[in-house]
Amino acid sequence: MDKQKFIVSIDEDRCKGCSLCIEVCPKEVLEFSKKYNEKGYHYAKVSKIENCIGCGFCYQMCPDVCISVKVLEKIKS
Amino acid sequence: MIYTERFKAPQSLSGKEFSYCPGCHHGIVHRLIAEVIDELDIQGKTIMVAPVGCAVFANDFFELDGTIAAHGRAPAVATGIKRARPENVVFTYQGDGDLAAIGTAEIIHAANRGEKITTIFINNAIYGMTGGQMAPTTLLGMKTTTTPYGRSEKNEGYPLRVSEILKEIRGVAFLSRTKVTTPQDVIRTKKQIKKAFLAQIEGLGYGLVEVLSTCPTNWGLTPIESMQWLEENMVKEFPIGVFVDKVDKVK
Repeated sequence: MDKQKFIVSIDEDRCKGCSLCIEVCPKEVLEFSKKYNEKGYHYAKVSKIENCIGCGFCYQMCPDVCISVKVLEKIKS
Repeated sequence: MIYTERFKAPQSLSGKEFSYCPGCHHGIVHRLIAEVIDELDIQGKTIMVAPVGCAVFANDFFELDGTIAAHGRAPAVATGIKRARPENVVFTYQGDGDLAAIGTAEIIHAANRGEKITTIFINNAIYGMTGGQMAPTTLLGMKTTTTPYGRSEKNEGYPLRVSEILKEIRGVAFLSRTKVTTPQDVIRTKKQIKKAFLAQIEGLGYGLVEVLSTCPTNWGLTPIESMQWLEENMVKEFPIGVFVDKVDKVK
């Protein structure tokens, strides 16, 4: 049960720090990084991936197409 | 541990970084158009006509053939392309300064001829690229650089409701107004963009989707505040809805 079900990856250098993904996430998975990216923005980063439900709201709202969501395939035995 | 991709950038986007400001809704609509093109499997035969405005470089962001029209003349250019190459899918991407101000004649006549083209109309109630001047769609009382005391109906007239004008025109096969401020709206908008493309592909007529959009930079608000401003003010002036739908059986 400890397996991570979802992978949310954010292209940090593409992110412009608009915070739309952070605002719409229903489980507060995302937050601002304290670091700056090469453009000078505080980029969004994944902080609590264990809360993620894979709804893809962050992907739907990202205006710069920085986010991709991957889901763990159920291994049938 | 095998992971499969559930949400990833569509193929029809070139992957080049968008030139838009942080929080601008152009990027969301670009992605939706690219997703629809992927789903309909028409990437190889789609031609886009970019406007003058913030989206003037839109050709670079899509992995499609395309051209850039003179200010407001995208429907006229698209008409020419579509009539010369009727097997191709042609769409224009226009803002409110482009479509509702200098291009009003072109859009009305393209719709009236029932041209088999699709238009994605971004309405953010302001001229974005040139620095926040008043657009025909600017709300009453809204402050812009050319209406510093707020727009008044005595001086500048009323906000132009393009979709309400176009819905009376018989050449239109699909017409709707939508917004992209919540994920639900984004998903609904995608369905409507798909219908506007299907109106063209099935030869029914002209398709237009008006998307209410934010301009955080020129409104002087943060991206989150500007989405609230859109919900509170723009939706009252420009009601959301489907005005014309002649496209059947679309999933």
